[in-house]
Amino acid sequence: MIPEFGHFALIVALCLAVLLASVPLWGAWRRNTGAMALAPGLAMGLLVFSGISFACLAVAFLQDDFSVEVVANNSNSLLPAIYKFSAVWGNHEGSLLLWILILAVWTAAVATFSRQLPLLVLSRVLAVMGFVAVGFLSFSLLTSNPFARLIPGTPADGQDLNPLLQDPGLIIHPPLLYMGYVGFSVAFAFAIAALLGGRLDASWARWSRPWTNIAWAFLTLGIMLGSWWAYYELGWGGWWFWDPVENASFMPWLAGTALIHSLAVTEKRGLFKSWTVLLAIFAFSLSLLGTFLVRSGVLTSVHAFATDPARGLFILVFLAIVVGGSLTLYALRAPAVNSRVSFAWLSRETLLLVNNVVFLVATLTVLFGTLFPLLMDALGQGKYSVGPPYFNAVFVPLMALLVPFMGLGPVSRWKRDSAQRWKAELLLPAIAALACGLTLPLLHGEYNLWVALALVLAGWLLLGLGRDVWLRLRAAPTLARGLRRTPASYWGMVVAHLGFAACVVGVVATSQYSIERDLKMEAGQAETLAGYRFEFVELANFRGPNFRADEARFVVTRDGEEIARLAPQKRRYLASNQIMTEAAIDAGLFRDLFIAMGEPVGQGGAWAIRLHYKPMVRWMWLGAILMAVGGFITVVDKRYRRQRAASTASAGEVARGAQA
Amino acid sequence: MAPRLKLFLPLILFAVLALFLFRGLSLDPRAMPSALIDKPFPVFSLPALESGETLDRSLLLGKVSLVNIWATWCISCRVEHPYLNQLTEAGIHIVGVNYKDDDESAKRWLADLGNPYSINIVDAAGNLGLDLGVYGAPETYFVDAEGVIRYRHVGVIDERVWRSKLAAIYAEIGGELPPSLAGAGS
Amino acid sequence: MHPVRKQRLIIVLCVVLFSSAAVGLMAYALRGNINLFFPPAEVAAGKAPVGQPIRVGGMVVEGSVQRSEDSLHVRFEVTDYQARVPIVYEGILPDLFGEGQGAVAAGVLDDQGVLQATEVLAKHDENYMPPEVAEALEKSKAQMKGANMTKGQGE
Repeated sequence: MIPEFGHFALIVALCLAVLLASVPLWGAWRRNTGAMALAPGLAMGLLVFSGISFACLAVAFLQDDFSVEVVANNSNSLLPAIYKFSAVWGNHEGSLLLWILILAVWTAAVATFSRQLPLLVLSRVLAVMGFVAVGFLSFSLLTSNPFARLIPGTPADGQDLNPLLQDPGLIIHPPLLYMGYVGFSVAFAFAIAALLGGRLDASWARWSRPWTNIAWAFLTLGIMLGSWWAYYELGWGGWWFWDPVENASFMPWLAGTALIHSLAVTEKRGLFKSWTVLLAIFAFSLSLLGTFLVRSGVLTSVHAFATDPARGLFILVFLAIVVGGSLTLYALRAPAVNSRVSFAWLSRETLLLVNNVVFLVATLTVLFGTLFPLLMDALGQGKYSVGPPYFNAVFVPLMALLVPFMGLGPVSRWKRDSAQRWKAELLLPAIAALACGLTLPLLHGEYNLWVALALVLAGWLLLGLGRDVWLRLRAAPTLARGLRRTPASYWGMVVAHLGFAACVVGVVATSQYSIERDLKMEAGQAETLAGYRFEFVELANFRGPNFRADEARFVVTRDGEEIARLAPQKRRYLASNQIMTEAAIDAGLFRDLFIAMGEPVGQGGAWAIRLHYKPMVRWMWLGAILMAVGGFITVVDKRYRRQRAASTASAGEVARGAQA
Repeated sequence: MAPRLKLFLPLILFAVLALFLFRGLSLDPRAMPSALIDKPFPVFSLPALESGETLDRSLLLGKVSLVNIWATWCISCRVEHPYLNQLTEAGIHIVGVNYKDDDESAKRWLADLGNPYSINIVDAAGNLGLDLGVYGAPETYFVDAEGVIRYRHVGVIDERVWRSKLAAIYAEIGGELPPSLAGAGS
Repeated sequence: MHPVRKQRLIIVLCVVLFSSAAVGLMAYALRGNINLFFPPAEVAAGKAPVGQPIRVGGMVVEGSVQRSEDSLHVRFEVTDYQARVPIVYEGILPDLFGEGQGAVAAGVLDDQGVLQATEVLAKHDENYMPPEVAEALEKSKAQMKGANMTKGQGE
């Protein structure tokens, strides 16, 4: 009964979404306050019913209801309970339901926290989000019903969850990623509402900015977790593969990064208005495109869902309606008349413009590389694949170009700045960064030019920020007052930029200094790597809840001192008979030690073993976490709260009335 | 109105991209028809599941048959199984190919769920599957009275697919369609 | 010229210059880093370039996988049932690699017609096969004269 109930809830949610997409919009058109005021209530209803639907599917998984097809295909009675729960989104149907639930969460959040908005705007925003929900709900109901039953023919036990997905990282990776993906729908909805209303002023930028920052922060975390998961779970120590599915999440992030910077200009200076609107559309379109790429099977990837052209066609049509529709609206309604506000060459506006251009070009190069095989295939040129070297070759110079400007950004002033001032404030940090960057790699022994460059750039960011923070605090009479007077959005920016610097250092250091060795080893043998002695002590059998494994037990020592005991496994999952490599990692702030088992070699009990020494690999993920934290900090800025307090009473009243 | 036209640029770019994506969809490898259509069913010499006697392609001569690739590890096969039982009851000749499977579990499966197959070919190594170009189970080949493959259906056969599409194909290649299984259009 | 307009012009010029530099970089990066897929039959027919990165895929021939006793050196053959291509690889094979399964190897063809692989990918889910492999096998079947060709492998 429960799955049917969930199915029914999903249908109700679709009906509510249809109402949400139409009634408030009609109300906004006819200036009918009653119709507009229905929007927040409908948004709440959407959340409740998609929540019920999701809960029903989760219950089916937790109760091992193998009469439900997705449960039978993706779960097993032996599966630990936590993975039974995460298996809900370990498949196409369930993850789509999660998508819908998160969209409903965002919609309800906008309805709750944006009561101060003029009702006209709020109703349009919610209606646009309702429209997106209609698309995804009908996609789920028409092509990928998660509640389809296997009656008769219920299997005694399920097929089990793909062992790759049986992992703590994968429990929270998809929800975070979707929070980001879907979160861009809010910025999108605000942009469309602004276009519909024909009033493209700084206020829409102020309204959508906190939402965009949160979505961006979630997406950052999601991508970071995905990379971390690939690192330890795919077994081979790589952390970014430029795989189509990774790119699918990375492109919205790049466009989103451009968007959050461009929103700053639009809010503060009223510039780049149509550009920002276009970026908002672009970021969300790329999220949808990502969904299309992952679920349609047009591109192959290690983590694409099962391919299904019918589903692909559905998303493509939806993509065409949403993106095509919004770009048409943009073409018709965006202000063709350019703003009269001007800015000087040396100003923060210019620097943010550089940011935008670099990130947009980066997005397009990644998009091009991702779609290149598809384009060539469509043109009948054969089956190509584009390897990571392409992406590295275009991406690294772009980012290197970005950082010098990025260091100037926080220090610079709006409207007009002067080279003298920049020189006065940043000459010292520049020299210090250069000196540190050029000398620090000497500590490591062999000198590496790339690492030196990365350190110079990171030092430039760090010291420039430090200088700016110090100048700000010094200007205040007391430190406490200086801290209090500095807005949260500023701290958010500082933290996020620091995170970026850490990321740069981590990426470059780990790519340049990593040592990786594939060896044949048997118990009793030892191998030394970067000063660490890896001793293969014994080979053992291991029995997990739903798998058996061979386990290679290692002791790692340095100068005779024990550093870690590591036990990588080669697992065979019982239900699916799949083989999985489970790497063992000793993590540290400055280096990771990584051991993975390959396959048995010869008859004598020897195994192919992969040993890794990975310096500073954690910095990359810590950097990403800092970036996300920065994104979250900006949201508590007083500026947005003040605006809430000063809300027009009438709009708030009406919205609350509808709520009750 | 040059500035206005400029604003249409993103739309045009998107339209081009969407066109490519649409083309990409139709290039999907899984949607490809079998290369063996209108070719004789591949030669094989494999044991029967029930009796162990050796079977060959003469088995498929003389009447229209459905050759169904199935396995006990295949969840979707379980989905289509009841409908195959119905087809057999209505008099349609179905030959099973037990694909990369274990004989004992296959026999148990047939005992539990009913046996819609007139006979089952054991393809434990998957060689017949390879010759047929099987991607995965279930797949069903429509073979006419001359033993020529006339159609390949990838995925589950259920009432909807049968009535909307497969019934007509079955009739077209000379199969006698009982009235209870007639297609929607006929 | 109006100063705002002039500034806009310069911005547009900069963006265009920068984008063309990026496009140039992309084209350069693309040239060395894309590789084309070849089915074994085409490799055997000499259609695949020697000394350039390519990918070759097909089914791993049963009984062809030879592992060295004392190193991670592996040699195997892939086939599309028309021709076989020998592949050598040094390193750890993916978990899903196995005889009779689909595999794709990326590497460089030497003048002996052996693919010196730098990467081997495999996927053996029964419901999935790398699409290039699936398509190559389909094509190869289409070219077979009738269906009575014997299998290119030991039983």
